[in-house]
Amino acid sequence: MIYIFDGSLTGLLTAVFEWFERKPGNVVLKTFETFQPEAFTPNLNIIPDVEKSDRVWKGLQKRLKKDWLRKFYCSYLSEIPEAYNHLFHFTIYIFQNDVGAEANYGNEHVIALAKYAKSVEREKHRMEAFIRFQHTADGIFYTGIDPDFNVLPLISNHFKNRYADQQWIIYDLKRKYGLHYNLNTVEEISISFTEGVNKQNPAAILMDEKEELYAVLWKDYFKSSNIVSRKNTKLHVQHVPKRYWKYLTEKL
Amino acid sequence: MSDRIREKLNILADAAKYDVSCSSSGGNRKNDNKGLGDSHFSGICHTYTEDGRCVSLLKILLTNHCIYDCLFCVSRKSNDIKRAAFTVDEVVDLTMNFYRRNYIEGLFLSSGIFKNADFTMERLLLVVKKLRLEQKFNGYIHLKTIPGASEELIKEAGLYADRMSINLEMPTEAGLKLLAPEKSHADVIKPLEFVQQNIVQFAADKKLIKHVPKFVPAGQSTQMVIGATPESDKDIMYTASAFYKNFALKRVYYSGYVPISNDTRMPILGTQPPLLRENRLYQTDWLMRFYGFKVQEILNDANPNLDVDIDPKLSWAIRNMQHFPVDINKADYKMILRIPGIGVMSAQKIVQARKFGKLRIDQLKKIGVAYNRAKHFITCVDSPYQIRDYQGTQIKAFILADSQSKYLKTASNQLILF
Ligand code: SF4
Repeated sequence: MIYIFDGSLTGLLTAVFEWFERKPGNVVLKTFETFQPEAFTPNLNIIPDVEKSDRVWKGLQKRLKKDWLRKFYCSYLSEIPEAYNHLFHFTIYIFQNDVGAEANYGNEHVIALAKYAKSVEREKHRMEAFIRFQHTADGIFYTGIDPDFNVLPLISNHFKNRYADQQWIIYDLKRKYGLHYNLNTVEEISISFTEGVNKQNPAAILMDEKEELYAVLWKDYFKSSNIVSRKNTKLHVQHVPKRYWKYLTEKL
Repeated sequence: MSDRIREKLNILADAAKYDVSCSSSGGNRKNDNKGLGDSHFSGICHTYTEDGRCVSLLKILLTNHCIYDCLFCVSRKSNDIKRAAFTVDEVVDLTMNFYRRNYIEGLFLSSGIFKNADFTMERLLLVVKKLRLEQKFNGYIHLKTIPGASEELIKEAGLYADRMSINLEMPTEAGLKLLAPEKSHADVIKPLEFVQQNIVQFAADKKLIKHVPKFVPAGQSTQMVIGATPESDKDIMYTASAFYKNFALKRVYYSGYVPISNDTRMPILGTQPPLLRENRLYQTDWLMRFYGFKVQEILNDANPNLDVDIDPKLSWAIRNMQHFPVDINKADYKMILRIPGIGVMSAQKIVQARKFGKLRIDQLKKIGVAYNRAKHFITCVDSPYQIRDYQGTQIKAFILADSQSKYLKTASNQLILF
């Protein structure tokens, strides 16, 4: 049996609810996007239902400690189709076993979630490290990013706590939404870019006049702190994968 | 204006780069004054130099003028180089603006000694006070203590800095005397001891009175230059171990010497820095701090130097085959930590997972155990039947054959965990 859902967290948790209602045995969870009809396998469309999903989430909260709720949420943010299926089965497994079952690293769904969560956390950490703000003429510190996973919800608090006295925008160019901190709260925003604008690095004309100076000073610093006789390119690339270089002022 | 500041930054960052301490971990300054910054306990590396070392702090000297002449140091008096000095405001401005753009976690400020120790220390203090009090900066600050500075200045600096450090420079007194006759380990021990006493005192006060300010909350560290003088690995690690014990240091850093002068008392220019050796020392340091090893187990009179071809944990295991094989499903956590190929995370997962049933090989692999290495030292439910009477040396040969390329090529200075 195949369950098909819309990719939302509500949908995913609703799917778990439906499974317990029907107990149809072996089920695979797929999204509308990845679903390919198979001739002899019946399927069921999951209609996201806030009430049902809330009940499942509350149940999970009762059974899992914070760190595992976080692993669950991170795995969801990975947006990986197989991760959705693992989340679905993990949830069923947790409900069907005694409290504490998430520590069973011998279970394939437990280990899968641990892995997805690790990748997502790694990218979250990298975004906290590799984001470079540019100070725009209207006083906002701006950056555009395109992370592999949907990490904006995970990094919001970090930047809010850190940059309490400056306005900033972090824009996910791939998912077309961003976060704007207005000195009080963080709001979700979407920007309609004019055709031809470089979203990663807006034109110098939009920048604060000092922006260029600090970028240059930072590049200088990066160069000066290198020790040539210790060069180790392999290690360097391992720490800063090439796909993030376009974010980094010092690499431009 | 901007050209001059560029030149200063180039000179004073270049001179500071040999100090390897760069970590911003251990800070937990909350942004509760609506200011700038908030320190992470675990620290963040914002970028990496081409040699693979992390950059998390703006690491600069206030000045590279110096009245001393330590042979191993680029800033020494007799060295013919360009000199520069930042003003207090310049350092504050650079720190704030780099931090606002998310380039850095904070500031690492050190200095050559101009005029005298107190004159220099006073200026370092001005910088941190201005950052904390005027700019409401809550990012990480690591201050270098100036040897010989007065206790009042050191104590006041400790109220604003997250970490303080003072370098041992050479692992032994004899080594130091050879290259810097004006200095001694005692000059380092005194301020280390003083700061340590204050850390303990402030922590005790905190228990009684609520509003005691933080004092060097991320603790102290020190650095030793490796390979400039002929100490053995044993000398180096015994010194490190003693300093960890006596001064509750947070970190000891090992800095492979990069030749900077042609003095006959030191390795000649062009000699490669001992990167592999540095790596082995860090591995040993980790074994002491996180794996429950005593330094004497790893280095002793029979083994005064670390192996080049294998890491110190494997090396210990091979010398102590009487403890193996370890039964993964029964052994206590401490012993599991000692198995080559198993790190702290995997050891914890193993201990949790086996409550649910005995572990098999494929599960161990999924947990993250480097099985090809560990298999020589463990048994689990489906371990293949074999008569385990291999000699340590044979096992070493198997493992080396298995991981030859990976092991010998990575002469990196970053850690490769076990
Ligand atoms: S006192 Fe410090 S800065 Fe001066 S020469 Fe010695 S090591 Fe270098």
